[in-house]
Amino acid sequence: MLNILWVGIMLLSLAAGAFTGRLEPVTNALLAGGGEAIKLALTLGGAMCLWGGLMRIAEKGGLTSLLAKGMAPVMRVLFPKLDPAGPACRAMLMNMAANLLGLGNAATPLGLKAMAELEKENPQPGTASNHMVVFVVLNTASIQLIPTTVATLRLQYGAAAPLDILPAVWLTSFASAIVAVTLAKILGSGVARSHQCGNEKKAGPGDAGRKKKRAA
Amino acid sequence: MALWAVPIFVAAVLITGIVKKVPVFDEFTTGAADGLRACVKVLPSLVALLTAVSMLRASGAMELLTAAVAPLAQKLGFPPEVVPLALLRPVSGSGSLAMLENVYANYGVDTLVGRVASVLQSSTETTFYTMAVYYGAVGIKRTRHTLAAAAGGDVCGIVLSALAVRLLMGG
Repeated sequence: MLNILWVGIMLLSLAAGAFTGRLEPVTNALLAGGGEAIKLALTLGGAMCLWGGLMRIAEKGGLTSLLAKGMAPVMRVLFPKLDPAGPACRAMLMNMAANLLGLGNAATPLGLKAMAELEKENPQPGTASNHMVVFVVLNTASIQLIPTTVATLRLQYGAAAPLDILPAVWLTSFASAIVAVTLAKILGSGVARSHQCGNEKKAGPGDAGRKKKRAA
Repeated sequence: MALWAVPIFVAAVLITGIVKKVPVFDEFTTGAADGLRACVKVLPSLVALLTAVSMLRASGAMELLTAAVAPLAQKLGFPPEVVPLALLRPVSGSGSLAMLENVYANYGVDTLVGRVASVLQSSTETTFYTMAVYYGAVGIKRTRHTLAAAAGGDVCGIVLSALAVRLLMGG
């Protein structure tokens, strides 16, 4: 899917650039994009080191398992059959906590750690597991209690009460997160059913993974 | 609250670390090294993604798309002035933030347009970026139904942002 999306965006840009007579800026963007990515990675790299290190201390100090214990009922609903006290759930919870508090810089490194843990338990490496889809979708839907950046901008532009948007933000972000997760669940179970038949419903992906390992 | 979140969290982590006799400095550097490795792993997907996004923004395709979608948006009660932001939001974080400032400067913050733009920016994420970085970091090639589910959430966020502002803030 990412393949089609990526090629689609590039080709659309080239076509639109030719159509609007902006082929030169498009070419410049193409050639400069890599440098921009490296710049972003450097900024991201600092945050990844900081939060990776703090997360490790929190793990060893027992803070994350405390959080995992408290949130186990929620995690069981979102990620059935995944150990709610395991490393994957702990990392996902830290990511969600950072997202809720509006700490985007912390959420990404914690989320990537969670993805690494989920991949370890993935029966089909290289293909997104149902858990991964739900987790990524939770991140793309962005549940935020306090939208810090937007509130700061609103203040700068003279809003009478910069945070008066909060109820609307909560309603919108929670509703869209629920829709996204529900879609992920429905589509996930649909795919599982269409690929296998009858009573082998749950065994399919695991089988494929085991076969792959045996072949290797 | 966000102002306090980081300091309190860091203090709590460090204090429990010391109390539980964790070798905090060593653990921090180990974790930081992991973070750096993850960052290097993400880099190729970042290059692919940011190149495509900056090409898209330079090409004028967003303007063409906006012109095509605006009449439909207006019929659905979505302010057409916010359409460019809604289209850019899932693709580019920095781009949509610049677009938000643009909306504030041109239409004001405490107007229907300014409010819908604020709610939209706050309650949706840079979907394309998140997908590419998260899956890129662990080498997932087949993302299955992720895009469909995420796009469903985004559409819901766009439609609801206008509805919620009208409903809860009286327009």
